[in-house]
Amino acid sequence: MTEADAGAWRRLDRRMLLIHPVQELPRAVPALLAAFVAGSGSGRGALWSAAALVITMLFAFSRWFTTRYRLTDDRVEVGTGLFQRRVRAVSRDRIRTVDVTARAMHRVLGLVRVDVGTGRSDREGGGAVRLDGLTAAEAAGLREQLLHSREQAPAATAGEPAPAEDPETELARLDPGWVRYTPFTLSGVVSVGVAVGFLANLASEAHFDPERSGPLRHLAHQLDRAPVALTAAALTLLWLVAVVVASTVGYALAFWDFRLTRHRGGTLHVSRGLITTRSVTIEERRLHGAEISEPLLLRMVAGARLIAIATGLRVGLGAERGGSLLVPPAARAEVLRVAGEVIGSSAPMTCPLTEHGPRARRRRHTRALGGWALLAAALAILHWAAGGPAWLLAAALVLLPVAAALAADRYRSLGHAIADTRLVVRSGSLVRRRCVVSAEGIIGWNVERSFFQRRAGLATLTATTAAGQQHYDVQDVELGEALRVAEELVPGLARPFLEVRASPEGRMQETRPPGTP
Amino acid sequence: MSLRPPRHRVSRTAIRYWRVRALIGWLVVVVAQLLWLLLADDGHGGLHAAALGATALVGLAHVIVMPQWRYNVHRWEMAPQAVYTRAGWLHQESRIAPISRIQTVDSERGPLAQLFGLADVTVTTASAAGPLSIEGLDRATAERLVDDLTTAAQATRGDAT
Repeated sequence: MTEADAGAWRRLDRRMLLIHPVQELPRAVPALLAAFVAGSGSGRGALWSAAALVITMLFAFSRWFTTRYRLTDDRVEVGTGLFQRRVRAVSRDRIRTVDVTARAMHRVLGLVRVDVGTGRSDREGGGAVRLDGLTAAEAAGLREQLLHSREQAPAATAGEPAPAEDPETELARLDPGWVRYTPFTLSGVVSVGVAVGFLANLASEAHFDPERSGPLRHLAHQLDRAPVALTAAALTLLWLVAVVVASTVGYALAFWDFRLTRHRGGTLHVSRGLITTRSVTIEERRLHGAEISEPLLLRMVAGARLIAIATGLRVGLGAERGGSLLVPPAARAEVLRVAGEVIGSSAPMTCPLTEHGPRARRRRHTRALGGWALLAAALAILHWAAGGPAWLLAAALVLLPVAAALAADRYRSLGHAIADTRLVVRSGSLVRRRCVVSAEGIIGWNVERSFFQRRAGLATLTATTAAGQQHYDVQDVELGEALRVAEELVPGLARPFLEVRASPEGRMQETRPPGTP
Repeated sequence: MSLRPPRHRVSRTAIRYWRVRALIGWLVVVVAQLLWLLLADDGHGGLHAAALGATALVGLAHVIVMPQWRYNVHRWEMAPQAVYTRAGWLHQESRIAPISRIQTVDSERGPLAQLFGLADVTVTTASAAGPLSIEGLDRATAERLVDDLTTAAQATRGDAT
């Protein structure tokens, strides 16, 4: 696309007429089934479902005919809807990210889906604009215009090739060796679980009895004769192999050809994927930090992932799905290096952290053990008074040391620091996260104090931000230290509300008459 | 170093408002339990009565203690650069947001709050985690505060997204 036709309404690519019906079909299955069942009573089931199918197809086609978009000097507008027309306009200076996804069918036809993220897209889908069905070249041009054209001189026309020098520098690329970290992520365990569940469900739906299947019965008899320990070992091995295979395949599917690059125009660019390709562009001005996330298993083998803390990227469950993943599970040292390059300073990623002290440690233990102890007590009462199951009580007691270990580890993780005008916080055990948020990304402070925290003189300081998880917490830190951190990072914001505890009458001194804002 | 409380208290009427609101909440629970006790004929009448008694006791304590405690905690202040609020009772939270980062200022009056002539003011920033809400202001103060905040916020630009 050139600047000349900017401002004209454009349609999605014509090839979407092939994709829309396929996309629409699964959604229409219940309706089609209903039509078939309703129609079969009158003996015209086939006719009814054919009619329903035609309507579905027409509806799918209508999506292409009714969707238009245009790019004006200051806005991106997308019009959709057949009966209820809706035009969504996004101001171009609000655009923070461009996310280009191509699923298998899109790729065969050379098409992509473009999601344009604004600062608010992380909240209930408000503000995000989706263009499903541009050619790859159109999408690349659009991304260039939306995120890179602001800084560049207007003389550089989009049609001509860029100057010989590559505008992108590579920060990281997939190292095939990283695949050894995948068995230590949960994705493999989960996918094996899903597969087993699916198969079991299928078997029971189909009234498939393993006892009646020749090879399986043979296998079962073999197992019957083998010692229990051997059987357990074999099953564990089988399960491990399945997890390794599943996670490796998953890793390859998601992160094939992974590249993280920095564009001269001021953006970071992540591209990856084997069948479904994904390419996310983040405006660096909107990148307020990064998060190193180390799930317990991954941490044991010195692996980690890197996640961007940026506005305009969806957050919540599965940061990978939201496109904020900067480096997939990889060697920790490499992740730290990339993190340093991404945020432009390595100190926050490696600096030592201030511990939160014995009172914070005690709180970790009382919170972890208190819950378990209460549960165990309740189960004990249930067991002796009402004859509850003994094994539940035993399980609770056995898990008590695990809870203690977890608490100890949670305390070890806990820490904070200020490095290079950035807030660094670390917490968590099952997933340990070290989050680095730049001071200019912080737009407020919350100081939370529960009844027990007040008794211990502790507080939870929360930096609120428009990026990433929206809030980053310094858990169970001494109140004075919390306020020192807040004041040092954003000087002046909290100062009018601080007082030095030493003199009790200090509270009264600087009071101005009420109502003077 | 510690945080001093914000300068202004909310309206004194808020004590009664919170008390009535809590009372209504507990009454709903008590009535539900009462109905269960009367209608369910499952031979656990004693257990039901005990649970009802416990609910009534906890509810009574809450209704008596909470409103005054809350009134002592709930405070607000608008400084030239920032808004500062404190809320809660057992679990207390102070929030500070720079005026320059304010995105919206809402004033809200629920049906019960209207009976007491009260209003809530909520200040949002670009962060989903940081809305500051001031509960139980009298209506005139709320209106003035909304005016002041909107005017002050308009004088600055940029929301740090």
